[in-house]
Amino acid sequence: MPNITIDGQALEVPAGITVLQACEYAGIEIPRFCYHERLSIAGNCRMCLVEMERVPKPIASCAMPISEGMVVRTNTELVKKAREGVMEFLLVNHPLDCPICDQGGECDLQDQAMSYGRGLNRFEENKRAVKDKNLGPLIKTVMTRCIHCTRCIRFASEVAGVEELGATGRGEHMEVGTYVEKALTSELSANMIDLCPVGALTSKPYAFMARPWELQGTETVDVHDAVGANIRVDARGPQVLRVLPRLNEAVNGEWISDKTRFACDGLRRQRLDRPLVRRGGRLVTATWDEAFEAVAGALKPLTGKQIAAITGDLADAEALCALKDLFSALRSDNIECRQDGAKLDSACRTGYLFNTTIAGIDRADACLLVGTNPRWEAPLVNARLRKRYLAGGFNVALVGQPVDLTYPIDHLGDDPKSLLALAKGSHPFAKVLAAADRPMIVLGMGALTRDDGAAILAKAREVAERTGMISDGWNGFNVLHTAASRVGGLDLGLVAPGIDKILDATSSGKIKFVYLMGADELDMNRLGKAFVVYQGHHGDAGARRADVVLPGAAYTEKNATYVNTEGRPQRARVAVFPPGQAREDWKIVRALSESLGKTLPYDTLSQVRQRMGEVASAMNAVDEVLSAPWGKFGKSGTVKATPLVPPIIDFFQTDPISRSSPTMKECSAVAAGENRATGTNG
Amino acid sequence: MTRKKAFKFNAASSKRAKEIVARYPEGRQASAVMPLLDIAQRQNSGWLSREAMEYVARYLDMPIIRVYEVATFYTMYNLQPVGRHLVQVCTCTPCWLRGSDAVLDACRKSLGVDVGETSDDGFATLMEVECLGACVNAPMMQIDDEFFEDLDAKSTAELFEFLKRGDRPKSGPQAGRRSSEPAGGPTTLREISHLPKN
Repeated sequence: MPNITIDGQALEVPAGITVLQACEYAGIEIPRFCYHERLSIAGNCRMCLVEMERVPKPIASCAMPISEGMVVRTNTELVKKAREGVMEFLLVNHPLDCPICDQGGECDLQDQAMSYGRGLNRFEENKRAVKDKNLGPLIKTVMTRCIHCTRCIRFASEVAGVEELGATGRGEHMEVGTYVEKALTSELSANMIDLCPVGALTSKPYAFMARPWELQGTETVDVHDAVGANIRVDARGPQVLRVLPRLNEAVNGEWISDKTRFACDGLRRQRLDRPLVRRGGRLVTATWDEAFEAVAGALKPLTGKQIAAITGDLADAEALCALKDLFSALRSDNIECRQDGAKLDSACRTGYLFNTTIAGIDRADACLLVGTNPRWEAPLVNARLRKRYLAGGFNVALVGQPVDLTYPIDHLGDDPKSLLALAKGSHPFAKVLAAADRPMIVLGMGALTRDDGAAILAKAREVAERTGMISDGWNGFNVLHTAASRVGGLDLGLVAPGIDKILDATSSGKIKFVYLMGADELDMNRLGKAFVVYQGHHGDAGARRADVVLPGAAYTEKNATYVNTEGRPQRARVAVFPPGQAREDWKIVRALSESLGKTLPYDTLSQVRQRMGEVASAMNAVDEVLSAPWGKFGKSGTVKATPLVPPIIDFFQTDPISRSSPTMKECSAVAAGENRATGTNG
Repeated sequence: MTRKKAFKFNAASSKRAKEIVARYPEGRQASAVMPLLDIAQRQNSGWLSREAMEYVARYLDMPIIRVYEVATFYTMYNLQPVGRHLVQVCTCTPCWLRGSDAVLDACRKSLGVDVGETSDDGFATLMEVECLGACVNAPMMQIDDEFFEDLDAKSTAELFEFLKRGDRPKSGPQAGRRSSEPAGGPTTLREISHLPKN
C-alpha cells in the first residue's frame, strides 16, 4: 500500500488507484466531468487538475496512478487557476441557457462553474452551434450544450454493449452522435441522461415537466422485472414525474433499465380509481361497501373447492399474505402465484432463487443460460454478465433461441437436447463448466413455463450437481424470474395446484369464483362463466373481464415488500397516494375479510409483516439474501425437443403499467422498426 | 453521400488489404482501419461512401461508428465525391508569404471553381489545405499524390493545361530547382558536381 501525502495529510492508500480516488479517500472533492467510477478513464475534460510535487505542470488526477511517496496538493493557487482556466474554456462553447435547460438545478457544469469557475468570461466571439441528434424517444439532445466528456460514448460501448455512439469530426468540429441517425438499441440507454454532466442529454418524456427542487423524492424499489432495482421516485403533488436509479451495489449498481425509468407515465393512465360492479353487463361505479357485498354474495353459496385466486406479476408480499390467509379462512387451497405456469415448487427455496446473487456474477467464471434472454427479462442481470465478460475468462453458452446479449455466447441449440447431454456430461460445454471454479446456470421462464418445465428443472439440477456448481460458499444454480411478485408468492406458498388446473376447472365450471390479484397475463376466455373479482390498479385484461373491480395501489403508492429473484426482500415506499378511492392492497383484502365475516387478525402494516415473517422467515431479512440449503427439486420426466421460446417478446410492454405508458408504446413501436418521423423532428 | 452503391474490394485492393491486416496480431485487425480506408477511397474514385465505410467495418469486424469516427477525424478521407483530380493548395503562412494567393487564383481560373467545389465536368476538386510540410519550396500544392512546388500563377496554369491534355506533369519544384537547395544556387559544398552551378 503506497504512502502518499495529499494537502499535507499523510495517507496509506490501496495500490493501483488514481490520484483522484486517493483524494476521495482523503475526503477531498476534486471537480470532474469525464471521470466516472464505472467507466473507463478518458482524461479529456481536464477539470480534475491538481498539483504534484516534482512535476512542472498540473496533472489530470483522474488518469494519474498513485505511486509511493507522491505529494499532491489540491488547494494551491496553481490548482485554482488551472480549474478556472479549464472552466472558462468549457464555457466558451457552452450556451449558458440554464433558464431553459432541464438539467438546471442538478447540473454538474452549473454547480462546478459556481464552485470552481471565475464568474467571468473573456470570450467575445461567436459560440459554435451543433445540430441536435435524434437518439430515439427517450433521450432529448441539445448538442450545443455538450462539453465532450464522452461519458455517453463510453457508457454505450462499455456498459450497454452497443457501439453506436461516437465522436465524429475533430477539434472544434467534434460532435457526439451516431453513425446514421437512429434510436439507440439499448434497453439501458437512458442511463446516459444521468451520466451526462450537462444538459446535452436530457429525458425526453420529462422535458420541461419540473425543476428538481420542486420534486419530492422517495426511495423505493422497481417492479417491472424481478431484479428489484433500487429507485428514487420523484413526484410533485399527486403525480410521479420521473424515476431515477439509486445506488445499490448488490442489485442494480447505479443503472436502471429504460422500462423502469420511463414506464412511470403509465401510472397516470388507465387507472382504476373507484370500485366497479358489473350490472346488466356493464361495469358501473359503486361504493366499497357495495363492491364487498357483491363479492360476499357471490362467495356465499360456494365451498372452498369452488373458488380460486390467481395473483399477478406486480402484487406485493403483504397483499399476497393477506389473500392467502383469507383463502385459508374460506377453506380453499386454490391460490396460485405462478400465472405464467412456471413449474416451480415452493418446497425447496434454493430451487426457485437466483442463488448466485446478482453481485455474485462478478465471481463466476462460466455460465450456462437456458431458455432465457436476460437482456429483456432482467437488463441489469445482463449488464452484470457483460461486466463479468469484459473482465475476461468468462465463457457463456445459451440453450434456447439465439439472441444478441452484448457479449459472445456459444449457442448450444434452440431446444433443450443439449441440456440432456450436459446433464449426462457428454456435451463439450460440460467440460468447460466442470473445469470452471465457480460455474453458474441461469434457468429462464422460457424453459420453466413449458409443460416439461419440471423435467427441465430437474435436468438443470443434475447439470448443477454434476459440474460442481454447488460447493462451499458457492451456489451456481439460478432461476431468473420475470415478475417482481413471484419469489414473494413462492416464499409464502401460493402454489396450489397449478395455473392450468385452475383455469381448466374454471372453464369447465367446477370453479365458480376467481379472485384476480392484479393478474392480467392470462387467457381470460378460460375463466368461463366464473364470477371474477379483479383487484389491481390498471384497467387491463383482468379488469375488463371482472364482475367486481377493487381499485388497488401501484408500486409507487404503497408501503410494500417485493422479493427479488435472488430472494432479497426489499421495501417499496409510498411516493404518492393512490388515486381516488383506491387503497393499499393488503388493506382491501383485510376490509373484504371483515365483510365476509372472516376478519383477518391484523390491523396494521407491522402486524401483516409479522404474519409474513411467520409464514416465510426469509421475509424478515429485509434487503438481505439468506442462502437457502441445497435440496431436491424438479421432477424427472421426458424433455421435449421443441425450441425454447423466450417469455418476453416485447420488452417495453410486459405489465399493466408499461402497457398503459405512451412512452413505452413509442419505444415498442421504434423497436419494431416503425421509426415514424413526425413533422416536428425534421 | 447521395449515391447508393454497393462497395466491395476489387482483386488488387483485396490483396493489398490482406497484406496490411496481416501486419497486426490476431484480433487486433482494427489497427488496419486507416490504410484500409485509404485503399477503399482509392478504389472508390477518391472518396469514402457510406457503403465503403460499412464495408471496411465489416472487413475488420469493427462497429461502424468506430470507422466513421476515424474517417471524420482525418481530413485526408473525403466523405463527399471528388473530381478525377484532387487539387490541394497550401495557404498556410509560409506559402501565403511566398504567393499562394496567386496560385489559388490561378487554380480558380483554370478550373472554373472556387475552393471546396468540383468542376462541372468532374475534372478536379479544388481544396485549400493546411501545411503539407514543403515550406522550403513554397508556395506549393498537391495534385492527387504528388507535390508541385515553387509555383506561381503561370506555372500553375501550365500544370492544369498539361493535366487537361491527359499528360502527367513533372512533380516537384516548377521553377528550375532540383529539390530544396537555395533558390539562388548552392552557397556551400559548391564542389559537389551533381548540383547545378550558378
